[in-house]
Amino acid sequence: MSTETVEPTSFAFDAESEAKIATIIKRYPEGKQASAVIPLLYVVQKQMGRQTGSAWVPRVAMDVVAERLSMAPIRVYEVCTFYFMFNTRPIGRFHLQVCGTTPCWLRGSDDVLRACKDAGGLKGYGDTSADGAFTLTEMECMGACVNAPMIAVDDDYYEDLDYESTVKLIEALKRGERPTPGSVIGRQTSAPVGGPMVLTGTEQD
Amino acid sequence: MAKVTVDGIEVEVPNGASVLQACEAAGKEIPRFCYHERLSVAGNCRMCLVEVEKAPKPVASCAFPVAEGMKVFTDSAVVRQARRNVMEFLLINHPLDCPICDQGGECDLQDQAVAFGSDASRYHEPKRAVKDKDIGPLIKTVMNRCIQCTRCVRFSAEVAGTSELGGTNRGENMEIGTYVEKALTSELSGNLIDICPVGALTSRPYAFVSRPWELKKTDSIDVLDATGANIRVDARGPEVLRIIPRINEAVNEEWMADRGRFSFDGLKRRRLDRPWVRRDGKLVAATWPEAFAAIAAKLSSVPGDRIGAVAGALADAESTLALKDLMTAYGSANLDCREDGAAIDASRPEFWRFNTTIAGIDEADALLIVGSDVRREAPVLNARIRKRWTAGKFPVAYVGPHGLDLTYPAAHLGAGPGAMQGFAETLKAAQKPMIILGRGALQRADGAAVLAAAWALAADVGALTADWHGFNLLHLFGGEVGALELGFVPGADGKGLDAMLAGGVDALWLLNADGFDPARIAAGTFVIYQGHHGDAMAGRADVILPGAAYTEKDATWVNTEGRAQRGRLAIFPPGEAKEDWRIIRAFSEGVGKALPYADMHAIRAALAAASPVFARVGDVARAGCADPAGPAGGEVSGADFVLPLPVYHQADVISRASDVMAQCAATYGPAPALAAE
Repeated sequence: MSTETVEPTSFAFDAESEAKIATIIKRYPEGKQASAVIPLLYVVQKQMGRQTGSAWVPRVAMDVVAERLSMAPIRVYEVCTFYFMFNTRPIGRFHLQVCGTTPCWLRGSDDVLRACKDAGGLKGYGDTSADGAFTLTEMECMGACVNAPMIAVDDDYYEDLDYESTVKLIEALKRGERPTPGSVIGRQTSAPVGGPMVLTGTEQD
Repeated sequence: MAKVTVDGIEVEVPNGASVLQACEAAGKEIPRFCYHERLSVAGNCRMCLVEVEKAPKPVASCAFPVAEGMKVFTDSAVVRQARRNVMEFLLINHPLDCPICDQGGECDLQDQAVAFGSDASRYHEPKRAVKDKDIGPLIKTVMNRCIQCTRCVRFSAEVAGTSELGGTNRGENMEIGTYVEKALTSELSGNLIDICPVGALTSRPYAFVSRPWELKKTDSIDVLDATGANIRVDARGPEVLRIIPRINEAVNEEWMADRGRFSFDGLKRRRLDRPWVRRDGKLVAATWPEAFAAIAAKLSSVPGDRIGAVAGALADAESTLALKDLMTAYGSANLDCREDGAAIDASRPEFWRFNTTIAGIDEADALLIVGSDVRREAPVLNARIRKRWTAGKFPVAYVGPHGLDLTYPAAHLGAGPGAMQGFAETLKAAQKPMIILGRGALQRADGAAVLAAAWALAADVGALTADWHGFNLLHLFGGEVGALELGFVPGADGKGLDAMLAGGVDALWLLNADGFDPARIAAGTFVIYQGHHGDAMAGRADVILPGAAYTEKDATWVNTEGRAQRGRLAIFPPGEAKEDWRIIRAFSEGVGKALPYADMHAIRAALAAASPVFARVGDVARAGCADPAGPAGGEVSGADFVLPLPVYHQADVISRASDVMAQCAATYGPAPALAAE
């Protein structure tokens, strides 16, 4: 997919984004508005996701952000291309971000990756499925190592996955459902699998 | 001040100075790529590592502040090993293509690799490949060679004030570029070539032309704007191959504008390389004696007060003086150097000089610009203003066409001279207020009134005191002020430009005068054109005397401050063309009115006698204003200011003859209509 063909000709913030921007800009002292560039790019990406189903930051939107924050456009391009979290080209409706860092890898992230490819119809990292539903990306550690392996779907973490549970998750996404984020084996946050091991009884026992 | 010991040498440097500066004060050369004296510190190349006592590891000296009693070692085993390692990393992705690289021979990386590189590479993996960028007709990019020092990014953001370059993506994929392909819009873009320490940004017109050791280097002065940037003309044989700036802290620091840097290819085209005489309505090639005879015959047949002379924007001081003396010998006071019609009051030098001086801009604390697009009329001077603005507390406003981008914020007061007063309160509140009046603002019917009004405003706001002179006239070309200093203006009962053109003279000697429409010269006027380019004015001439361009003669030029500087001969004029003052001297001898100087020393002595500025070449006598009485004026009209140079890249005969400048004009503006032949 080449970016030239899909680059929109214009971009404008919608009402929801404007409301958010108003609160963001207020966080920074007068004259230091350029500091809001990362949150604003994030607002752009969210809005694109709402409007087009593909959460990415087109170049025209970077120009709009630059204009809004009185920055040179190149300064916004630099920030936006630096962070992997900003997609500078269109992605699928669901962004499958597979963690492949050591703890997840030791706990079977290869299986999770295989499940994403099989169930999502994806050829590998960087690919977007033919129906435009999924984009697969490899991520570095996202800090959920205790519940490894995990994937992040857009902003939601799904943890303690294996091949079957990942396929189930993707099938659910295909049906338009959003399973509850967190551990798919039902453990409480990062507590031990199978329930508490200590402090199990009351003081009287 | 902090006492620092560098390799056993004790030096004292100001608090807050970097270790690198301390090392330089001790005379130790520290290798560096990203560090540049005039840019902010980035600290990303790591080449300047030194050892500091009690520091656990080598420190980047450019970004490490000095402390009292610090002991620095610049040549220890640790330092040498550290630099060797940094160099090895830099060379991992840098192509080893020095033999086909234009930077070869003057490349920081090449030089430092000789000092710190290893004899063989240990790197056997594929090198990084980066797509070349198209950033306009002046700069060629070979991005594989980029070592990401970010000097260009910092230069364009800080000095040029046009943030267009940046580093996009990250890590291995980081690239320097504009992200969206575009030509750089800065008039100072050529300086990127100089500050790039490797061969990533090189001169496009100079690509594969020459090696630095083949060039004959001549120090000279740029005359294509009135800043008077100090330059070095690099020539090989009969050709100027490139022009680069020299350092002069008081004038151009180390920058230079693109028109002066890249228009030299115009020196090879449309040149007048032999005399021409009009016979039966047609210009025919002639010899020097024939041309002189034709002029002598005409000048002896008309009374002295029917002879006139105009000195143009690119006329040097020597030839201007010679022409003035020749006219005096003929009994003519019909002189004018204001060929653009600018109503400059020549009665006092302060009325036409940039009195604050360029270095003085650093001290000013408020600025009003009247009728001038400083960015395009004097880009290097504008960078100095921007530098002052960057230092803070420097309100700027301008009067002129709306929407000028001066590279620093400036309030727009209005389009006509009436709006000047709108900034008076701010100027009054300032300690050292400055007013820059563009020469273009005087090229109008009420020009004298505009000059008087600007002076009056300066006097009113306290810009004219005994120790501060805040009134400045910004000229456009390097030959304009010299002629004013020599008093090349109508003498007693002399006719000015308009009167001369309107038939007030029968014979008109034009010295490099290309600044007005030849059609304004009354029919029947005998025109002698002395110059170097066959531009429109040469076509109107009855006799053409081929002169030398600024690179082809030893000549004195006076910049807008009134600073006389010497240009030097880099190559000889083409064909039969001669140095301009010698042409006039030779003619004067032929007609029995020999001018009293036969060689360079004599005419320079005559220059020094004519005006004190020529007695202190290279320097300028900066002074406050002793007499706030202003020039005679009148009523200003409400007409809007019009900028004098519509196309930055094509403003004079040399740049109009240049292919490179034509490409720039096509890239940066609407293509000019072809001139009718």
